Amino acid sequence: MSDAPLAIETKGLNLWYGSFQALIDVSIGIRDGIITSLIGPSGCGKTTLLRCFNRVNERYGNVKTTGEIRVLEENIYAPEVSLVELRKSVGMVFQRPNPLPISVYDNVVFGLRIHSPRKELSKPRLDEAVEKALTEVGLWNDLKDRLDTQATSLLLEQQQKLCLARLLPLKPDVILMDEPASALDVDGTRAIEELMFELRGRYTIVIVTHNMAQARRASDECIFMLLGEVIEHTRTEDLFLSPQNPKTAEYVEGRYA
Amino acid sequence: MATEAPPRSRFARTAFGARNERTEKLAGAVFGLMSAAMVVPLVAIVVYLFWLAWPSLGWEFIVDVPRRGMTEGGIWPAFVGTLYLVGMSLAVSAPIGVLAAVYLNEYAKDNWFNRVVNLAVINLAGVPSIVHALFGLGAFVYAARFGYSIISASLTLAIMTLPVIIASTREALASVPMPFREACWNVGATRWQTIKAVVLPNSISGILTGIILQVSRAAGETAPIMFTGAVFFKAVSRGDLFPYALNEQCMALSMHLYTLSTQVPDVKESMQYATAVVLLGSVLLVNAAAIVLRVWLRSRKKW
Repeated sequence: MSDAPLAIETKGLNLWYGSFQALIDVSIGIRDGIITSLIGPSGCGKTTLLRCFNRVNERYGNVKTTGEIRVLEENIYAPEVSLVELRKSVGMVFQRPNPLPISVYDNVVFGLRIHSPRKELSKPRLDEAVEKALTEVGLWNDLKDRLDTQATSLLLEQQQKLCLARLLPLKPDVILMDEPASALDVDGTRAIEELMFELRGRYTIVIVTHNMAQARRASDECIFMLLGEVIEHTRTEDLFLSPQNPKTAEYVEGRYA
Repeated sequence: MATEAPPRSRFARTAFGARNERTEKLAGAVFGLMSAAMVVPLVAIVVYLFWLAWPSLGWEFIVDVPRRGMTEGGIWPAFVGTLYLVGMSLAVSAPIGVLAAVYLNEYAKDNWFNRVVNLAVINLAGVPSIVHALFGLGAFVYAARFGYSIISASLTLAIMTLPVIIASTREALASVPMPFREACWNVGATRWQTIKAVVLPNSISGILTGIILQVSRAAGETAPIMFTGAVFFKAVSRGDLFPYALNEQCMALSMHLYTLSTQVPDVKESMQYATAVVLLGSVLLVNAAAIVLRVWLRSRKKW
C-alpha cells in the first residue's frame, strides 16, 4: 500500500468545533485513482473529515484544525495555497442534490465563469465544456435538447449527476461525495454507483456513506471511523470479511449504527 | 343489576372527550374572532377618513398649493416634501442597510464584534422616534452644520429606518438555502462571487419588500422631521416637482396634518381628513406595490 501514490494524506489531524473535538489524531493515506469510502455511525466525523480535504470546513463558523493535510503531495495549509485553486482541484457532491436555481447549461459552466476572465469564455468553448461534462456523467443524451431548463426541475438523479458534472469543467483531481445517493431511490443509487465506476481511475473519489452495502459494492478501500478516530483502513473486502479491530467487526455486523 | 346498556360503538365519545371537543370548538371560535377583529380597525379607519374627507378630496387637492392661510387650496408642497424626505432617506439607508446586512449574514463570524453589532441593531430599532429626532437635531442640524434642512431630516429618518432594513435584509438572506452556498464554495467561488451569483438574486424580492415597507414608516413619522427640517409653510408654485433645494426646509404630509389640525384656525374639517387620506393612500399604494413586486419576483424563482 505504501508504494502507491497518495492523493490525500493526513498526519495527526485534529479538528474542533468550538470546544468539541470532532476529529482526533487522524492519519490516513488515500490512494490515487481509486474509490475510498468513509463509513461509521452518525456523528463519527466522516463528513467533517471529507470537508477538510478542500478546507471548506472553514466556511462553517467556529472551526479549528491542527495537523497536516497533503493533497497530491502538497501541504494545503501552506501559506501560498489559494483556496480557490484547491477547491477547483478538490470538488464536492452533497447528500441532497444542490443544483443552483439556474439553467442546466449555466450550472455546468458556473465554475468556468467564476474562474475565468469573461473574454476567455467564448460561446464555443462553453458549449464544448457543457457537452463534455454532461457526456461524462451520462446526461448529454437526455438533456442536450433542453439545456436551458431550470436545473431544479430535473429528476433528483439527474440533479445529482448534474452536480457532479458541474465540477468537471474545472478539471478536478479529487471528487468528494457526501452520501451522494441517500436522497435517491434504488435506481438512482445504482446510476450514481455506476457513474462512480466510470469515473474511477480518472479521478480519485472519496465517498462518505451510511450504507454499508454501498461501501462494499462501490469502493476499493474503506475507512472505518468511530467518535472522531480512524479505527481501520484497509481494502474493502478485507474490512468486511476479516476486520482486524473488534469495533470494526461489531459495526460491519450491524451491532450498532 | 341495572338493565344492560345497548351496545355502544367501540369509537363512541366519552364524557371527557365530549368536553374536549366543546373546548376545542370554543378555542377555534375565540382565535378566529380575534383574527377577524384585526380587520375591523383598518376598515373603520379607512371608511371614517374617506367619509369625512370626501368634500375636499380630488386631484386638485393634491396638486394645488395651500391658499388663504392654509384654509383653502391643496397640499402639493407637503406632498412633494414627503417624497423628497422619503426618497432621500431611503437613498441613504437602503444601500448602507443592505450592505451591512450582507456583511453580517455572509461574512461575519460569531465573535464579540458581530454580537455587539447585532445588539446595536436591535436596540437602535427600539429607540423612540422622538429620541431620533433629538439626536438628528444635535448631530445633523448643529454638529454637522446642515441646518434645518431636507438633508438633516432625511438623515434622521435614514438612521431610524436603518436597523429595520438591516433586520429584514438579513432575514431575506438567511432564507436562501445553505446548499446553494455550499455548491458555490465547493467549486472555489469566493464569498463575494457566491453572494453575487446566488445569494442576492434569490433574496432580492425579500430585500426590496423590506426596504419598501420602510417607505411607510419614513413617510408617517412626524417628530424626527419636525425637529430637523420640516416647516410649517413654504411658498411653492402649483404642481412644481422640484420646489426645494436640499439645504432648505420643506413641508411634509405628516407635519402638515399636525399643522392643519392644531395650529391653523378655521380650517375646514374635511381638509385635515383629506390630508390624512392622501398620506394613508400613498403609503398603502407603496405597500401594495411592494406586494406586487414580491409576488412577481417570487414567481420567477423555482425552488
